[in-house]
Amino acid sequence: MAFDYEKYIRPGKLPHIWCPGCGHGIVMKGLIRAIDKCGLSKNRTAIISGIGCASRLPGYVDFNTVHTAHGRAAAFATGMKMADPGLTVLCVGGDGDGVAIGGNHFIHACRRNIDITYIIMNNHIYGMTGGQFSPCTPTDGFASTTPYGNPDPVFDIAKLAIGAGATFVARTTAYHANQIDKMIVEGIQHKGFSVIEILDCCPTSYGRRNKFRSVVEMMKQHKELAVPVTAAAKMTPEDLQGKIITGILHQEEKPEYCEQYARLIDKVQAQTAGKG
Amino acid sequence: MGIPKIEIIEKYCKGCSICVEFCPTQVLQMDGFVARVVKPEACIKCMQCELRCPDFAIKVYPE
Ligand SMILES: Cc1ncc(C[n+]2csc(CCOP(=O)(O)OP(=O)(O)O)c2C)c(N)n1
Ligand code: SF4
Ligand code: SF4
Ligand code: SF4
Ligand SMILES: [Mg+2]
Repeated sequence: MAFDYEKYIRPGKLPHIWCPGCGHGIVMKGLIRAIDKCGLSKNRTAIISGIGCASRLPGYVDFNTVHTAHGRAAAFATGMKMADPGLTVLCVGGDGDGVAIGGNHFIHACRRNIDITYIIMNNHIYGMTGGQFSPCTPTDGFASTTPYGNPDPVFDIAKLAIGAGATFVARTTAYHANQIDKMIVEGIQHKGFSVIEILDCCPTSYGRRNKFRSVVEMMKQHKELAVPVTAAAKMTPEDLQGKIITGILHQEEKPEYCEQYARLIDKVQAQTAGKG
Repeated sequence: MGIPKIEIIEKYCKGCSICVEFCPTQVLQMDGFVARVVKPEACIKCMQCELRCPDFAIKVYPE
């Protein structure tokens, strides 16, 4: 059955502003299907972003949404979740927003293990501002600011999140559209900080500079390079060189931040009771 | 099981050709900057086109 996305889109908002073939639309659809599968109510769901093409997503969807400052989605989301722990809180945004300017907020949200689901659309570039390189631009890749090739090593967002303390980390790609909603559902259901990295396509600012003739070529590369985590477990590091490992990469149970904070309040109130 | 209804919402389609290129049975074709349904009888209702269209522009109703 055709899925009724429009139930969750603000009236009159389509067509969206993203370029032809931009993967952010594929991710937005996956997010909508995931929210629908989880049966979340519009009034009890908040979607927060920073700035960038990816960060425009909340403008289209009919939930409580906040379009904040560049790189600050995790900070605003932390405040909202602390104020109302029963709210389902999701962050969405790009690689530049999340791990360049917002890298500090991102790692500390991971460390706190606050119950937020963070969806990061990694298109390897600052799409919105004309294709400057990001910490996720491949080494030797071309951006408007690396016209001779990028000398920098690349952030592996999933490894960064695991290292910083996130308790659920998954990865998929825009090509694997039917995995996007599955991974987001798992992330929402997980109690703690969940990171879903989606390798995305920016044909305009990244593809053209990096010899992809079309977005279809970019998606075919996702298809060719993807290795499910179960298959990857049987491969050598040499075989995995340059591959994209997909699926749930990490999941563990650890104390959640809002609950820890509530416990602290109870403890201090008990200690100070009658002393007022 | 009849032929599915495939709807292309032209005012949303941006002509990226993702649906055309990944359809396993060549049901769809580009007509300039718009996707068109050319062989609906070949559709296997895999829903890949609807899933991957970034623009909410294609809907498959397998009945
Ligand atoms: C404080 C601040 N610095 C810089 C900018 C300019 N700026 C806007 S979007 C952006 C990069 C966005 O890249 P990314 O998050 O990867 O999103 P994409 O556009 O690729 O989806 C930058 C540098 C800004 N808006 N605010
Ligand atoms: S510039 Fe890139 S990221 Fe921005 S809308 Fe266009 S394709 Fe998408
Ligand atoms: S549902 Fe599958 S077979 Fe049918 S048109 Fe779409 S991609 Fe092609
Ligand atoms: S995938 Fe969507 S926007 Fe792209 S050509 Fe097909 S119908 Fe049009
Ligand atoms: Mg980006």
